[in-house]
This record gives sequence, C-alpha cells and structure tokens, in this order.
Amino acid sequence: MIELAIGIILAGCAIGAGLALIAGIGPGIGEGNAVAKACEAIGRQPESRGSVTSTMIMGCAIAETTGLYGLVIGILLIFVAPNLLINAFKNGLLWAKENGFI
Amino acid sequence: MSEKTKARVVDILLLAMIIVPFVLAIALKVVNKPVEEGISITGAMVYLTIPMPLQDMYITESQVNSAAVIIALLGLCLYLTHGIAVVPNSKRQVVAEWIVEKVNGLVSDNMGKRFMGFAPFVAAILGLSAFSSLSSMLGLFPPTSDMNIVAGWAILVFILITHYKLKGGVWPYIKGFFEPIPVFMPFNVIGEFATPVSMSFRHYGNVLSGVVIATLVAHALQAVSKMLFGWLPGILGSFPFLRIGIPAVLSIYFDIFSGCMQAFIFAMLTMLYIATGAPAED
Repeated sequence: MIELAIGIILAGCAIGAGLALIAGIGPGIGEGNAVAKACEAIGRQPESRGSVTSTMIMGCAIAETTGLYGLVIGILLIFVAPNLLINAFKNGLLWAKENGFI
Repeated sequence: MSEKTKARVVDILLLAMIIVPFVLAIALKVVNKPVEEGISITGAMVYLTIPMPLQDMYITESQVNSAAVIIALLGLCLYLTHGIAVVPNSKRQVVAEWIVEKVNGLVSDNMGKRFMGFAPFVAAILGLSAFSSLSSMLGLFPPTSDMNIVAGWAILVFILITHYKLKGGVWPYIKGFFEPIPVFMPFNVIGEFATPVSMSFRHYGNVLSGVVIATLVAHALQAVSKMLFGWLPGILGSFPFLRIGIPAVLSIYFDIFSGCMQAFIFAMLTMLYIATGAPAED
C-alpha cells in the first residue's frame, strides 16, 4: 500500500519534471530567431558586427529566462519534491491512524 | 626598514588576503565533505546550525564561500590601488584605472550622467557575481548556484528600484499600478514582484544548470573509463582516466562564459531597472 503510494509520488514527480522541460522549446525558437536576424544584420552591414553580436548575446541570455524557469521547476521536482511529498504522506498516514480514520 | 621593503610586505599581505580565504574555504569543504559513491547532486552543505527561537540558523557552504569571495575581492581592490600615484608607475594602477573607466563608461552609457554615483555599486555587483561564479573553477560550491545568495542581491536591487520609483511621489507610484485601466492592477502587482524573482532565477538557474551538467558528465566519463580501462591491473583499473581534462571543456562554457555573462546581465538589468524607475529629469 505505502510502496504503491511512494511509487505514484515518484512517477508523478518524474513525469512533471519531464513536462516542465517542454519550456525549453520557446527559448530555443526565440534564440534561433534572434541569431538569424543578427546574421542578416551582419550580412547587410558587416561593419556593425561588434555591437550586433554583443546585443544579440545579451538578448539571448534574457530570452533564456523562461527556459530556466522550467529547468528550476524540473530540478525542484526531481531533487526536492519527492522527499518532501513522501514525508508529508507518511506524516498524514500517521495522523490518520492516530485519529482513527483508517 | 626602507619604504620599498614596507611596500613589498604590504603587497605580500594583500596577496595573502586574496588567496587565503579560498584556501580556507577549500580546506573546510575537504574536511566536511562525506565520502560518497555515485551521483549526488545536493544543495549547499550545512557547516553549522545555530539554534534560534523561531527557526534554526544555518551557516551553509554558500555563505562561507561568498564571504571568502567578498574578502578576496576586498584584498584585490586594496592590492590594485596600493601605492597609487598621480602618474601611473605600476601595471596594477593601469589595470585599476582601466576597470574604473570601463565601469564609469558602462554606467554613463546605460543610466545617464546623473546616476554616476551608482558606478561603485554596479562594479561591486559585477565583481561579486563574476567571482562567485568563477570560484567553481577552484572546486568550490559556487555561491551563485544557491538561490538564497542571488535572491538577496535581487531583493536589494528591488528595494533600490522601489526607492527610486517613490522619489517621484507616493501617489504617482500607486497610480502606476492602475494603468492603463484599473482592471490591470493585479497583473501590474505581479509584474512588480516578478522583477526580483526573474532576476534571481535567471542567474541561479544558469549557474545551477552548469553545476548539474558538469556533475552528470563527470560521472558518465567515470563509468565509460571504467568500461574501457577496467582490465588494467590494480589501482589503474579503477582510476578514471577520462575525467582528466575533458570536463574542463564544458567548464569553459558553463563556468567562464556563462558566469561572466550572467554577472554582466545582472548588472545591466540593475542599471536599466533603476534608471527607468527613477522619475524623469526636469
């Protein structure tokens, strides 16, 4: 019974972490667009290469933020959430037994 | 003792001030780190727990390391400016002047001349953040991969932004939340608090992803080298040959490039948010 519950908790955390990393799609497309436009700009005006590159890197790093939100959620779900949820579940089970609910 | 000898002694002391904190931090880590097998990706180690009435206070690895970085930076600043003269007579004074000029140029470009007083603050954030991320090259736990450290900086910046917004008067500040129409009020409040959250998450997530990927690659290389060189006799069989040098390639991107980039972006966003939050010049 308790093993099944822990298994469900772990599976839920792993699936959730996988789903959270779908957030990586957005920054990927966005940064690709940014680099493509930067290449176009450099092709049109090769002398502006330095400033275009530095602006592009800055913009890419900011566009990465949404992907990093997903990464942080994924890391929390894998390394922090299982212990937290299993402990909460065990405490809840103990509480229910003490009060005669099961 | 002549003047020159005195200057040399002070120089050596200041150099020791840069190096000794890191050595002590590494020694503390070596003493406290438990022997472990397999992959373990954990947060900062807790060195000391101080009992407090509401919540125990933890002295963690990241706090100790960031204190070491602060002391080393102070030592670096003192070393660069020691024996400073009107006409530069040493290389380090040239370096110090170059740093000051660069930061002044950055601040005056991005914030305008009236915010020149912010140049030391921006330089401090840049240096602290960059050196904290780079300290992972010494094998230390980088303080910036701990949410608490970066969140502290972000909250400091948030207080500064709010202070400058309030300089334009309390009523315009409150009215700013009800624009363009009053229905947008909740979104504006969330957007206000999203500033420090996004700043700290961006910095912390970038450094943390580097730490996680470096750990995974190091362990994968250990497994591969065990598979390839496991037939060697004795200790040679269990020695991870592939872990020599190859993880350093990742370190170039994740530690050096990403760390410096995030420091620059944190400083840049600090400047932009403060400059746009301040009321317009009359």
